[in-house]
Amino acid sequence: MAAKLKLATTSLAGCFGCHMSFLDIDERIMQLVELVEFDRSPLTDIKNCSPCDIGLIEGGVCNADNVHVLREFRNNCRILVAVGACAINGGLPAMRNSIPLEDCLRESYVNCIGIENPQIPNDPELPLLLNQVHPIHEVVRIDYSLPGCPPSADVFWKFLTDLIEGHEPSLDYDLVYYD
Amino acid sequence: MAHITIDGQIVPFEAGQTVMEAAMAAGVYIPHLCHHPDFTPHGSCRQCTVTLKNGWNITACTARAAEGQEISNNTEELNLVRKRLTQMLFVEGNHFCPACEKTGNCQLQGVAYHLNMMSNHYPQFYALRDLDATHPDILLDRNRCIFCNLCVRASHAEGKDVFAIAGRGINKHLVVNSESGKLIDSELTADDRAANICPTGALLVKGKAFQAPIGQRLYDHHDIDEITLGGRHGG
Ligand code: SF4
Ligand code: SF4
Ligand code: FES
Repeated sequence: MAAKLKLATTSLAGCFGCHMSFLDIDERIMQLVELVEFDRSPLTDIKNCSPCDIGLIEGGVCNADNVHVLREFRNNCRILVAVGACAINGGLPAMRNSIPLEDCLRESYVNCIGIENPQIPNDPELPLLLNQVHPIHEVVRIDYSLPGCPPSADVFWKFLTDLIEGHEPSLDYDLVYYD
Repeated sequence: MAHITIDGQIVPFEAGQTVMEAAMAAGVYIPHLCHHPDFTPHGSCRQCTVTLKNGWNITACTARAAEGQEISNNTEELNLVRKRLTQMLFVEGNHFCPACEKTGNCQLQGVAYHLNMMSNHYPQFYALRDLDATHPDILLDRNRCIFCNLCVRASHAEGKDVFAIAGRGINKHLVVNSESGKLIDSELTADDRAANICPTGALLVKGKAFQAPIGQRLYDHHDIDEITLGGRHGG
């Protein structure tokens, strides 16, 4: 049997909805683990990426840590995939892009109704926010994109099985949508 | 009868018809966004670009059909050009489909799906564009405007001239003809053609969003070529 493909996944400025949708492949995950080995992923809790065949990135980049993680994935993954609306165009987090960052923080942590002990979080452990949220292809080269908010389980399944079988991945009309 | 050919298919035309009109009458889909059969062609979106035998590109919505024209339309090369044009429209505005009332019924999406557009390809502009929610019945979200000029043409045709396009480049925007520049002070009403013709979610009559559930929206299972030739569209 051919060596298993190695697959890594992460969520940057996303909501984990794409990961949840991935898990909607349900019992097909038993077939998948026969064919791929999971590396860094919230599903394995492995913290750093080792050389992989496929990296799935959910979410855009909204802070310095996102940029760091994304570069780690690009350096290690042969095929890097933008998964979901946020990875592709920044998505809903990017709707803050028309508002100055300071105003966003003040509204959330200082002026918002019901706030106790108002202060803008400033712990050195926290990654610094970028002025704007960006899609991941503006930071690293991306090989494929899977649209959808989230892409359905069938999209993940079709894409991964195409790659595993050595086909050029393609999605039919019914699998391509932006919402 | 006089005819042209499109991708080898014979397409008859009547004197004065555009390539687009002849194609539509013959059941041949040429992608388009700013074309509407009821209004004077605008020729701005370039989606309907087709190639003549001598290699010249023309816009099918503005060019008259001429005897013997041999036209390429549904080719890989042209569809790639169309996809790039569509991607430019997506990065030029702020199209967050999951949060848009028009999603599923939007012609811009429909064309993008038709072209199997998987990403935006270009860097996002994140242009700053205003939203006008002042009108009790109509919403104008300029983030989603693609400057197709259809609302401008429709409003002109009904004698109100509520809209115009102003500015250049990233500052280009739809302006409203009223003292305050706001929709509420304009003559626009929800039953105006101009309020209902937008191919995207930029101009919306309020209270109509999300009526069709996911799966039953216009472009959920039907390619825009089928919808358009069937005489329906998302405008
Ligand atoms: S107007 Fe169309 S393309 Fe733009 S956000 Fe709305 S549904 Fe998406
Ligand atoms: S508001 Fe709609 S109809 Fe008017 S120019 Fe913009 S996209 Fe076209
Ligand atoms: S449809 Fe012809 S240029 Fe827009």
